[in-house]
Amino acid sequence: MSKTPEKQPGDPNTTGHTWDGIEEFDNPMPRWWLWTFYVTIIWAVIYTIMYPAWPLVQSATAGVLGWSSRELVQQEMVAFEEANAPWNAKLVETPLEDIARDAELQQYAVNAGGAVFRTWCAQCHGSGAQGATGFPNLLDDAWLWGGTLDDIVTTVSYGIRSEESDDTRYSEMPAFGEILEPEEITQVVQYVMSLTNAQSDDAAAQAGKVVFEDNCSACHGEDGAGDVIQGAPNLTDAIWLYGGSEEALTETVKYSRFGIMPPWDTRLTEAQIRAVSAYVHQLGGGQ
Amino acid sequence: MSNYIKLIVLGLVVLFAAIGTNYARDLAYQVHAVLVMLIAGGLFIWTLRNTDEPDILVDRSSEYMDDVIRYGVIATAFWGVVGFLAGTFIAFQLAFPELNFEWAQGYLNFGRLRPLHTSAVIFAFGGNALIATSFYVVQRTSAARLWGGNLAWFVFWGYQLFIVLAATGYVLGGTQSKEYAEPEWYVDLWLTVVWVAYLAVYLGTIVKRKEPHIYVANWFYLAFIVTVAMLHLVNNMTVPVSIWGSKSVIVWSGVQDAMIQWWYGHNAVGFFLTAGFLGMMYYFIPKQAERPVFSYKLSIIHFWALIFLYIWAGPHHLHYTALPDWASTLGMVFSIVLWMPSWGGMINGLMTLSGAWDKLRTDPIIRMMVISVGFYGMSTFEGPMMSIRAVNSLSHYTDWTIGHVHSGALGWNGMITFGALYFLVPVLWKRERLYSLQMVSWHFWLATIGIVLYAASMWVTGIMEGLMWREVDANGFLVNSFADTVAAKFPMYVVRGLGGVLFLAGSVIMCYNLWMTVRKAPAKEASLTVAVPAE
Repeated sequence: MSKTPEKQPGDPNTTGHTWDGIEEFDNPMPRWWLWTFYVTIIWAVIYTIMYPAWPLVQSATAGVLGWSSRELVQQEMVAFEEANAPWNAKLVETPLEDIARDAELQQYAVNAGGAVFRTWCAQCHGSGAQGATGFPNLLDDAWLWGGTLDDIVTTVSYGIRSEESDDTRYSEMPAFGEILEPEEITQVVQYVMSLTNAQSDDAAAQAGKVVFEDNCSACHGEDGAGDVIQGAPNLTDAIWLYGGSEEALTETVKYSRFGIMPPWDTRLTEAQIRAVSAYVHQLGGGQ
Repeated sequence: MSNYIKLIVLGLVVLFAAIGTNYARDLAYQVHAVLVMLIAGGLFIWTLRNTDEPDILVDRSSEYMDDVIRYGVIATAFWGVVGFLAGTFIAFQLAFPELNFEWAQGYLNFGRLRPLHTSAVIFAFGGNALIATSFYVVQRTSAARLWGGNLAWFVFWGYQLFIVLAATGYVLGGTQSKEYAEPEWYVDLWLTVVWVAYLAVYLGTIVKRKEPHIYVANWFYLAFIVTVAMLHLVNNMTVPVSIWGSKSVIVWSGVQDAMIQWWYGHNAVGFFLTAGFLGMMYYFIPKQAERPVFSYKLSIIHFWALIFLYIWAGPHHLHYTALPDWASTLGMVFSIVLWMPSWGGMINGLMTLSGAWDKLRTDPIIRMMVISVGFYGMSTFEGPMMSIRAVNSLSHYTDWTIGHVHSGALGWNGMITFGALYFLVPVLWKRERLYSLQMVSWHFWLATIGIVLYAASMWVTGIMEGLMWREVDANGFLVNSFADTVAAKFPMYVVRGLGGVLFLAGSVIMCYNLWMTVRKAPAKEASLTVAVPAE
């Protein structure tokens, strides 16, 4: 493979060495390359004088410009906080039911609340608040714990079934797998399905009605319409948090469900909680 | 005699691995212990069968050691396809999360496969390409057989074992969670042993060279081998929780750990993917173009500038983090000064073709090498630009970074390696020519269009998500949720996946072409494999 490279007329001199047929021209470095390299070096020296750069024993040079990334972000945050301070104060002072009456305040609350929602709530409830299996849809008018602005503020502040808050909303459905016979579970599931006119076995549903009245109606109501005081879902509206199929309902009855929402009063300010509640309230289902 | 020592060592390894299998605290360790036990056991039996057999002594000291390079070429092509396939699959996992199959959770979900892809491409494909070509280049340009006898074989097989341990470890959950340094402590130790052997073979060959001077390609290869050894040792300073488990704890903490990680991470790019591959470029481009290298002066200046500057550039991965501002400034400044030294390699590569530009029309291999150097130039401009703090505040954590590394990895590393493989296979298997140049053209276009789709879609989606993340309204409130940005990226994720399909298809065509070259291309009669100095 040590084929001698083709020499062409006008080729410059080579360095005189050959490795496996490879030679090297004695060309100078391209001027533009060299000068650009020099310019970047000069720029580097100037830049490191202007900005914090060279480490010393205990600290580093601060730079002539006094630039600091932490200070800049701090300034920006403080500027927004100061600009929003009057609005936040007004939001906290105004009684909840009056917020929507002040168009400008409502506008601010929804804007601020939307940002809070997208940052803290969207992970579970979806960026459009549409929910997912196990995470309630906040666009519809079905509310487990109530849909007034006041209810929403309470839920956001203290969460649901959270160990972190003493004021959390709490209720617990028993796991009926340990209480009812398998046959009874099948029957009550058929009955619950019949409440929303889902395809169900009539005979089993009839038997299930009795099981329901004995075991479920205390919380879900005689008619199965639920009870927001206890967070007991309405079983007649065909809105299912964990699914309305025979399979999903059987699982719910057998093992129960235990959805948790964290309390936000330790993480968000009062104004933020009110804002996000106002945002959720106006999404479509607020009462 | 040496066989008896080997038998004792292998026996002890089998015993230790058996004990390790028994006491293993986690699945990754256990599987690895079984693997090591089987391999050491196999070697034990093999060594035993060969013990006291009469030695057939053939003096090969005047011939080049090409068998190990042939294996290296095959390993490069094989791991390349594996790595590209993994990459294409995880690209589609991002676009269509259903591909994170429920039955494979904890093994084949994106989080487990992503390091598998990066390691397969960088270390398995790139590493094998570097080892194979460096063994080829150092022999040819030193006119000497590889030093150390069978040590080169140990390097090759030892490195394959490292790859297998690393890859299976990721899938089974054995990882240090340090980017590009995921393998756990015992895999790191093994790689250290292999790497020291690699350095010994390489240096030994240079020391016994018959040429008066060391060719520029060897400077780059040597810089790569030495620096990677240093990076590897410092970034993997861990204390195992137990010798019977894969988990280890790093001795560095907090921002120091982050800084060392990115000192390592950036120089994995700088010395593995840049310096090493520049070594490849400096041999195969002048050979394929049959022209002298453009400028010796440029090569010496840009070599030393590159080596000196690259090592400081790591902090640009940590702009606007817990890293102090001064370190961030230095990282940015060194990255920008690095721009011209990086381009020195591009200029030397491209200008070597002056006087042979007509070959671009007739030789698809040259075309591949030229576009590779072009992508190298583009990435080494893009890199310094992205290191500027103001640009980085937009580009950091976005897909722009992913696009940047892929225009480098697919365009520069991939294409120059394909060029080198097309050059090497006919030479190593003594063939007149490649089986089909038309297939090389197909490969060239599929790969090029694939890279363009990849890089362009990632630029668009990267800048888009960067802008969406920072968008606030007049009151300073966030406008988009993170999920909004994910949803907005979907079409670009599909385009990126398709780019991967094209690139993968090209590499499959290459494998077929190389295979048929070995099988069907006419043999070359007398070919020179004897080590003779060129002058």
